[in-house]
Amino acid sequence: MSSLFDLVISGLATGAIYALVAIGFTLLWQTSQTINFAQGEFVMLPAFLMLAVVRAGAPFWLAIIVGALLSIAILGIAFKKLLVDPMLRHGVLPLAIATMALSVAMKESVKQFFSAEAQPFPSIAPSGSVSILGSPVSLQSLGVFAFGLAAVIGLNLFLERTSSGRQMQAAAQNPTVARIVGVPVERMIMLTFVINAALVALASLLVTPIYLAKFSSGETLGQAAFIAAIVGGFNQVRGAIIGGLAIGVLDNLAAAYVSTQYRAAVPLALLIVIILFRPEGLVGRSEERTV
Amino acid sequence: MKYVLTAGLALLAAAYAGRAFAQDIELVDVAELSGGGATVGTNFKNGVDLAVEEINAAGGVLGHKIVVAHFDTQSNPGVARAQVQKALDSNPYVLLGPGYSGSVKVTAPLAAEAGVTQIMGGEAAELTRMGDKFLFRTSFGQQSSMPKVAKYMAEDMKAKTVAVVWVNNDFGKGGRDTIEKEFDKLGVKVVADISTEAGQADFAADVAKVKASEADAAFVYLNEEESARILKEFKRQAATIPLMGETTLVGQKVIELAGDAANGARAHVGLTTDAPVESIRAFRERFVKKYNYVPDHNGIKGYLAIYMIKAATEKMGKLDPKGVADALHGLTIKAADQPGILMDVTFDENGDIDRQGFLVEVENGRQIIKQILPKLH
Amino acid sequence: MTRARRLLAIAAGAAVVAALVFVPLSLGRYGLYILSLWSVMSIAAIGLNLTLGYAGQVSLAQGAFVGIGAYAAAIMTVDGLPLSLAVATAVALCFVVGWLLGYPALRVQHHYLAFVTLAFSTLAFLVFRNEEWLTNGVYGISGVPRPKVFGLSTTQPLPFYYLCLFTLGVVTLAFWRLVRSPWGRAFMALRENPMRALSLGVDTRRYTLMAFAIGSALGGLAGALYAPLAEFVDPTSFTLSLSLNLLMMVIVGGSGYFFGPYLGAMTAVLLPEWLRFAQGYYLIVYAVVVMALLTYSPTGILGILDRYLRDRSAKAASALRAAAGAGLPDETAS
Repeated sequence: MSSLFDLVISGLATGAIYALVAIGFTLLWQTSQTINFAQGEFVMLPAFLMLAVVRAGAPFWLAIIVGALLSIAILGIAFKKLLVDPMLRHGVLPLAIATMALSVAMKESVKQFFSAEAQPFPSIAPSGSVSILGSPVSLQSLGVFAFGLAAVIGLNLFLERTSSGRQMQAAAQNPTVARIVGVPVERMIMLTFVINAALVALASLLVTPIYLAKFSSGETLGQAAFIAAIVGGFNQVRGAIIGGLAIGVLDNLAAAYVSTQYRAAVPLALLIVIILFRPEGLVGRSEERTV
Repeated sequence: MKYVLTAGLALLAAAYAGRAFAQDIELVDVAELSGGGATVGTNFKNGVDLAVEEINAAGGVLGHKIVVAHFDTQSNPGVARAQVQKALDSNPYVLLGPGYSGSVKVTAPLAAEAGVTQIMGGEAAELTRMGDKFLFRTSFGQQSSMPKVAKYMAEDMKAKTVAVVWVNNDFGKGGRDTIEKEFDKLGVKVVADISTEAGQADFAADVAKVKASEADAAFVYLNEEESARILKEFKRQAATIPLMGETTLVGQKVIELAGDAANGARAHVGLTTDAPVESIRAFRERFVKKYNYVPDHNGIKGYLAIYMIKAATEKMGKLDPKGVADALHGLTIKAADQPGILMDVTFDENGDIDRQGFLVEVENGRQIIKQILPKLH
Repeated sequence: MTRARRLLAIAAGAAVVAALVFVPLSLGRYGLYILSLWSVMSIAAIGLNLTLGYAGQVSLAQGAFVGIGAYAAAIMTVDGLPLSLAVATAVALCFVVGWLLGYPALRVQHHYLAFVTLAFSTLAFLVFRNEEWLTNGVYGISGVPRPKVFGLSTTQPLPFYYLCLFTLGVVTLAFWRLVRSPWGRAFMALRENPMRALSLGVDTRRYTLMAFAIGSALGGLAGALYAPLAEFVDPTSFTLSLSLNLLMMVIVGGSGYFFGPYLGAMTAVLLPEWLRFAQGYYLIVYAVVVMALLTYSPTGILGILDRYLRDRSAKAASALRAAAGAGLPDETAS
C-alpha cells in the first residue's frame, strides 16, 4: 500500500509539471483562440536563455532575471506581434500549423546555437527531500506543486476579482461587444501573452533541474500538457491543473498496474472517453454554439 | 493552370540537383542530426570531423585528402534510406553511419548492392547476422557485450534473480532480448521485465516495480538522460539493489547529470573517454579543445571509423573503394601503429569487433575501472 | 474561363504530365525515390485535403492510416500475397476504421475530432510498436517485396516510380469526379456553412463521416504503396509527426484547393533538399520559410496565386466598368 501512495505522490509531482505548462496553453486558447503547439518548447527555451547568460559570465540570480525578461520579450510580445497578429483573423488552423513550425525552429536553433547535449541546470529549490506520510518527496517537486497551485489561484483571483482580469475575460468571450463597452481588447490580449511568457519562464526555472536542459525536452512535455489541458477542460484555467495532476497520477498507476508498454495509452484512452462523454472536460464549461 | 506548370518544372529541377565531387577521398556520413537521435548523430559527426581534420593536416591518406559530406536522417529510417540512396548515387569511397540500428537495417542492403563499404554505429545483434559482406561495426554488438554483462552479474554479483529495465526502442529492446537469452543460458531468472519510454521523466513506477520484484540485481539499459533520471529515482526511493548497465548507464554525461545518485552503478563499457589508455586520454583532450564538451561513445565511434578507413587503405596501398571491405575483414589494427584507432582491434568476417573492454564502477563521481576484459585473440 | 485560357490550361497540364513521365528517365536512383515518395505523400495529402479542405474536419490521424496501410501491405506481401490484394485490404480497412472512429467523434464539435484523432494516432503507434506477434514490434518488417505488375518486375526504381505515378493519376481522376459530383458539392456545403446545409436537408453528419472515411482510405492506399517503396516499415515512421507533417502539407499547399496537396507534398519532400546548402541550419530555415509563408498567406501557396489572379481580374473588371462608364455619357441623358 505504501508503494501505491508513493506512486500517487510522485504522480502528483510530475502532474504539477504538466499542469504548469497546460495553464498557459489554456489561457492562450481561452483569450485569443491560439493553439500553441510550441508550448513545450516555450518551457524549454527560458532555461537555455538563462544558461547562455551564465555562460556570458553573469551570476545565476542575474541570469534568472535577464532570462525571464528575455522570455517575456520573445515568447510574449514578439510571438504575438510577429506570428499571432497577422494570422489570427484567418482562423485557428493556419496559426496552429505556424506554431508547429515555430516549435521546430526553436528546437533546432537551441541545438545548433547552444548544444545538442543535455545540460545540468541548477535548482532554486534546495535539494533533499521531505517525508510525507512515510514517502520521500523531493523539495524540488514540492516547489513545482506549490508554485502551480499558487499560479492557478493567483490567475483565478486575477481573472475574477480584478478589473483587468474581468476585462480580459470580456475580451475573450466577445471582443466586439467588449470594444463597444470600452475594453482595450488588443491590450488585454497582449497581456495574456505576457502572462503566458512569464508563466513558462517560471515553469522552466522550476522544471528544468528535474527534466534537464535539452533541446528536445519540450516534446514530451508539450504533448502531455496538451492532453492535460483537454482532459481538464480547455476553457477553464483551473481545469489545467486538474488535468495535469490526473494525467501524472494515471501515468504512474498505469505503468505500475496495467502495463509499462502501454502506459501512454491510458491518458489517451481517458482523453477519448472525456471527449465523447464530457467534451467540456472534467471542470470545463460547455461551449455555447452560435447559430 | 500556369502555376501547376511552374510547380511541376520546379519539382523536376529539384530532383535533378546533384553535385560533382572532387578527386579526393569522398566519404558520406549519413547520421541522425535532428530528431530523437540528434545527440547520437551529432557526436558521431563531430568525431568524424575531428579525425578527418587530423588526417588531412598530416598529409591525408596515401597523400589524398579526405572530404566528408554529412546528410541528416532525421532519426527516421525512411529518410535514412533516401539519404543513403543519394549518397550512393555519388559513388562515395566509403559510407559512414547511420547510428540507429533500424536505419542501418534499412540502408545496409542498398550499400551492399552497390558494393560500397559501410561503417556504422548500430549495436543491434542482428546487423552482423544478415550475411552482409560490406557492413562493419565500430563498437561491440549486443551479441558480444551482453554475454559479458550476464556473466558478470551471475558470477561476480552472484545474482540468481534479476530485474531488467529497458527503453522501448530497437536499441533497448535488442539489448533486452539478447541479455534475457544469456540469463536463460546461465540459469538466472528474470523476475521483472520493465519497459520505459524514450524521453520519460518519471521513473517512480518502474523503480517501485523493481523493488517489489526483490531481485538480486537490476540490469538497466536506457539512453543517457533517462539513465540519470532513473539513478536519481533509485536514490530517492532508497533502493539498495545493485545496478548494472552497458556503456550508457555510467557515461560521463550521466554521472554529471545524476550527481552522487550514480555512485555504485556498474557497467560493461566498450568505449569510454575515461579509459586508462593514453591514446584515449589524448583524443578526449583534442575533442574537448575543438568542441568544448566531452564526447560520448558515439563520438569515439565516428573518430574510429575514419581511422579504420585509413588503415584499410594503407594496407591495400592504393585507393580502391571496392577493396576496402576485403581489406578490413580479418584485419588487426594496433594502436601502436595507428594511434587514431585508440585501442587494438580485430575485425572478423562478419564485420564484428574484437577489442578490449572494461568493467567499470562509479565511485565518488568518477568511473573507476574494476576489470579489464582483454581482447579475445 | 475563356476558350483560349482553357486550351492553355490543358496544354500546361499535358506538359506537366509529360514531364513527370519522361524526365525521370534520366534521373538517378535518388531522384526517382524522391519523386516516388512525393507521389505517395500526395495521395495521403489528397485524402486529408478531402477531410479538411473540403469537408472542414481537422484530422490528426492521417499518419496513422498511412501506417495501417503500410503494415497491412508489408505483412501480407512478405507472406507472399499479391500487392493488389494488400492495397484493397488497406483501403477497406482504413475506410472502416475511419468510419468507426468518426462516428462517435462527430457527435461533438470539430475541434474535438482533432483531439480524438490525435489520441488515435498515438494509440496506433503504440499498437505498431508493442504487438510484436503481428508487426514485429520495434524491429519493423524488412525485405518488403516490390510487386509484379502484369508480369513486369518493379524492383528497379524506374518501373516502381511509374506504378506510383499511375496510382496518383488514378486517384487524381477519381477525386476530380468526386469533387464535381453532387457529393463533392455537399462536402463543400459542409465546409462553408454546416448550419445552412443542415437546414437545406443535407445529412451533415453522414457526409462528414463519408469524407473522413474516404480521406482515411486514401491514407491507407498511400501507406500500401509506401511499404514496397521503402522496402521496410517500422513504427517510428508513423508517429504523430507524420500526421502533423501531412496537415502542414495540406495547409501550406492551400487547403481546399484541388492542387494544394501536390504542392504541399512537394514542399515537404523537396524543400528540405533544396535547403541542404544551409547545412545544420536547414531545418531552421525550413521552419522559418513555412512560418513566413503562412503569415503572408494563411491560405497557402495556392491561396497566394488565387489572390493574385482575383486581384487581376478584379482590376480588369473595374477597368472595364470605368471604360464603359466613361464611354456613354450622352446615352444616359435622355
